[in-house]
Amino acid sequence: MLAAKLVQNQGLHVAGLNFFTGFCVEGHTHSIRSRSNRKPRRNNALWVAEQLNIPLYMIDVIEEYKSIVLHPRHGYGANLNPCLDCKSFMVKKALEWMHAHEFDFIITGEVVGQRPMSQRRDTFPVVARESGANDRLLRPLCAQLQPLTLPEREGWVDRAQLHGFSGRGRKAQIALAEQLGLKDYAQPAGGCCFLTDAAYSRKLRDLWRNRDRPDYDIDDIMLLKVGRHLRPRPHLKVIVARDAGETRYLRGYRRRFTCLDMTSHNGPLTLVEGEQNDEDLDLAARIAARYGQGRHEPMVRFQVLSIDGREREVCVTPLRADEVPRSWYL
Amino acid sequence: MVSVTRHLDVTGLLCPMPVIQTQNCVAELCPGDVLSIRCTDPGALLDIPAWCRVHGHVLLSTDENPEEIVIVIRVSS
Ligand code: SF4
Repeated sequence: MLAAKLVQNQGLHVAGLNFFTGFCVEGHTHSIRSRSNRKPRRNNALWVAEQLNIPLYMIDVIEEYKSIVLHPRHGYGANLNPCLDCKSFMVKKALEWMHAHEFDFIITGEVVGQRPMSQRRDTFPVVARESGANDRLLRPLCAQLQPLTLPEREGWVDRAQLHGFSGRGRKAQIALAEQLGLKDYAQPAGGCCFLTDAAYSRKLRDLWRNRDRPDYDIDDIMLLKVGRHLRPRPHLKVIVARDAGETRYLRGYRRRFTCLDMTSHNGPLTLVEGEQNDEDLDLAARIAARYGQGRHEPMVRFQVLSIDGREREVCVTPLRADEVPRSWYL
Repeated sequence: MVSVTRHLDVTGLLCPMPVIQTQNCVAELCPGDVLSIRCTDPGALLDIPAWCRVHGHVLLSTDENPEEIVIVIRVSS
């Protein structure tokens, strides 16, 4: 937002691009959890565009982004976040868009030294080079610490009015926001996607381990954001909704998973993945029963809907808390 | 009663997909055309009007019932 505003203030026409990878923290999770719990949140990219009075183009890159997540040339960060490859990919997509829409250069809000992987002094040039943007990539917040770019050389932007911020601190950005009259500016302090999240990455690794080869589709990665995920046996995964909103959402997956609907008590919907025999299904139901109102009752009843559409009933004794080892939780 | 030029069904999709699909659909329409969007994600009630404001399209109506949300917009130039 600050970077865009700096360039906009020099009289240039700026358009925003927002790439949707499927892993974005925005939107989905807020939408899935119960409406009573939380109001839908604003979409930050749209909000920023509105504040700056610029058009915003939102681009679905889910399919293309898969190769970045699955085979990052520069590896992962602390979790499954391929930040350096990701940045290069997004700038490359922005470059394609730039050419198609007759824009002249690309700006990003990066600050050298701010993030451990993609914004280090030595990795900064990698994004410009590997994206193909080269000197058409301008980082207005730290431009004064970087080699001259095309827009500066051509005089489209005045380098003197850009900045030389570096490091992890945000004081300079906050002061600049104030100076620019931006009271509430959206700037994620941590990562901008679920791939930086340790718990999410653990679930994604588990998914890859249990497939013939590492792969995913949008339904897979959405599902990892929802519910409690447990793997009580190597071939058996159980996903228990945490509230009514998640129950509603998980119901949409009933054709891909065996579905356990608690009928004797109020309780969340549970999905079961993997080939299951009766014993597995019993175990899954006993786990699911822990999270319903009948958790202290001797018996809890479920309606079981198999993927092939067969329906039947099972009655189980809920597991006690001490019968669910921590190691089952993903 | 406005006459709808195109209906877009994005039920089951979560934000930002309803906005992205709206944006892509509007790109194929002409100024003055009316698009009716059916969705289920309550986030669309914030996002689609915000997207319209950003691009200068006109929000004609929003209608919410327990099953779905219908948002009608008029495409501007
Ligand atoms: S945190 Fe940001 S840069 Fe890193 S992988 Fe996620 S979207 Fe890409």
